[in-house]
Amino acid sequence: MTAPVAGYRLVVVGVSAGGLFALRTIVAGLPADFDIPIAVVQHRSRDSELLCELLQECAPLVVTEANDKEPILPGHVYVGPPDYHLLVEDGYFVLSIDEPVRFSRPSVDVMFLSAADAYSPDVVGVVLTGANGDGSRGLRAIVDRGGYALVQDPATAEVAVMPQQALKAVPTACVLPLEKIAPHLASIRGRRMPPCRPVHA
Amino acid sequence: MAVAARDTETAGKAKDDERRRRRDDSALQPRASAHLPDTPPGYPPELERVEVAVLLEAVFRHYGFDFRSYAFSSVKRRLWKRIHAEGLATVSQLQDRVLHDPDALERLLLDLSINVTAMFRDPGFYRAFRTHVVPLLRTYPFIRVWHAGCSTGEEVYSMAILLQEEGLYDRARIYATDINEIVLQRARAGIFPLEKMQEYTENYIRAGGTRSFSEYYTALYDGALFNSSLTRNVVFSQHNLVTDGSFSEFHVILCRNVMIYFDRELQNRVHDLFYQSLVQLGILCLGNKETIRFTRYEDRYEALDLKEKIYRRVE
Repeated sequence: MTAPVAGYRLVVVGVSAGGLFALRTIVAGLPADFDIPIAVVQHRSRDSELLCELLQECAPLVVTEANDKEPILPGHVYVGPPDYHLLVEDGYFVLSIDEPVRFSRPSVDVMFLSAADAYSPDVVGVVLTGANGDGSRGLRAIVDRGGYALVQDPATAEVAVMPQQALKAVPTACVLPLEKIAPHLASIRGRRMPPCRPVHA
Repeated sequence: MAVAARDTETAGKAKDDERRRRRDDSALQPRASAHLPDTPPGYPPELERVEVAVLLEAVFRHYGFDFRSYAFSSVKRRLWKRIHAEGLATVSQLQDRVLHDPDALERLLLDLSINVTAMFRDPGFYRAFRTHVVPLLRTYPFIRVWHAGCSTGEEVYSMAILLQEEGLYDRARIYATDINEIVLQRARAGIFPLEKMQEYTENYIRAGGTRSFSEYYTALYDGALFNSSLTRNVVFSQHNLVTDGSFSEFHVILCRNVMIYFDRELQNRVHDLFYQSLVQLGILCLGNKETIRFTRYEDRYEALDLKEKIYRRVE
């Protein structure tokens, strides 16, 4: 129940086009005792109701769509519901139906910025495949406030734009091929990670 | 209580109205997208928290509008949207402006109190309402519905259409309330953007609508004017969920995607108000992703439809 004292307390994941395969790979690769709560924002249409079920099929953790004011607990993967912004406060989620940001609701940046506000410096930000620049601004904020940035290697992304943009904003992010992301997350529990050497995507 | 409501009674009414109408229009324009209305990079976070708290306290003490119990993460975004729109750089600058310029306060109030919505938003909810709630309502000779936080009225018209189609409208009265008089004026007018009608028609069909959606409105320039028969039994009136009490007993209370903007303590207070305002076995409808579960009232309701967040008061 209690989060590791020395380690990160929240993982936030932003993903867009190509996201289903990427997310399934990650949730399937996490150990059942992974104890840092995970919040995911995936761009999707307002009728895509199956995402949680498709992820739950292959995940040892509990996958649910986040409700307003729902407590953030270890052992859970929370997915932002379609047509709402997902915001993080200390210990629980807040939803909003404010206008889309750069055509997206949910917006990755909105979630990342609120997570940086509520959980810094205990946040890991993860940017995966996608066709737009959403998430870079928020990832920058997470790192500026002492958090850790993880970006899918654009070469392994179905659509490389989003990870490329994230690396442009945060050159010191850790870059990993998709299948290494879950094992890496599992390995950093209870630890603090230094920034990586800058890469040029 | 509302600045807006008080103003309309003063001498310069016509001019004020015109000024306000122009301001409304820009504030209520649908915005497909916006740049991040958020804290600028590098802004000191602890200071921001202090500034936001002080600004909301000042607005409350000076004007009586109480946003102090709004969820920090979302109220903060709305403040920054206003800060950018005013061409300012800090929360404190916005505080200075709204305290000394009542017009700036009105602009801020619109930003803080308008919730953008749609007709038949979440069609599944209306389908579930037809299935689970309508049969219960048929057993009452008279039905009182409270739509709390109705904003510009899209969902009020949706419910009126549903009740008409189910043959219940004539014995129903819908009390549609909002904190903001300006959005209520818009709701009373019953004119929605014509360009939205395609989306609303699709929603209407998926919501289980039994007629042709276009029967309900008349195209009027770039607006769709909804039939006045829909508002015959609707009372639009100002009510502040933060400060005002119960005003009747209701068979149905709808409050969808309003309390997501409140913090947990205020949510509990509003649930208290709803509980007091419902008849035994009365129906409470929340937004799709709101739940009674994390509130003090969890045990006082049973779910009629867990997914669509339709509850019944059981004690």
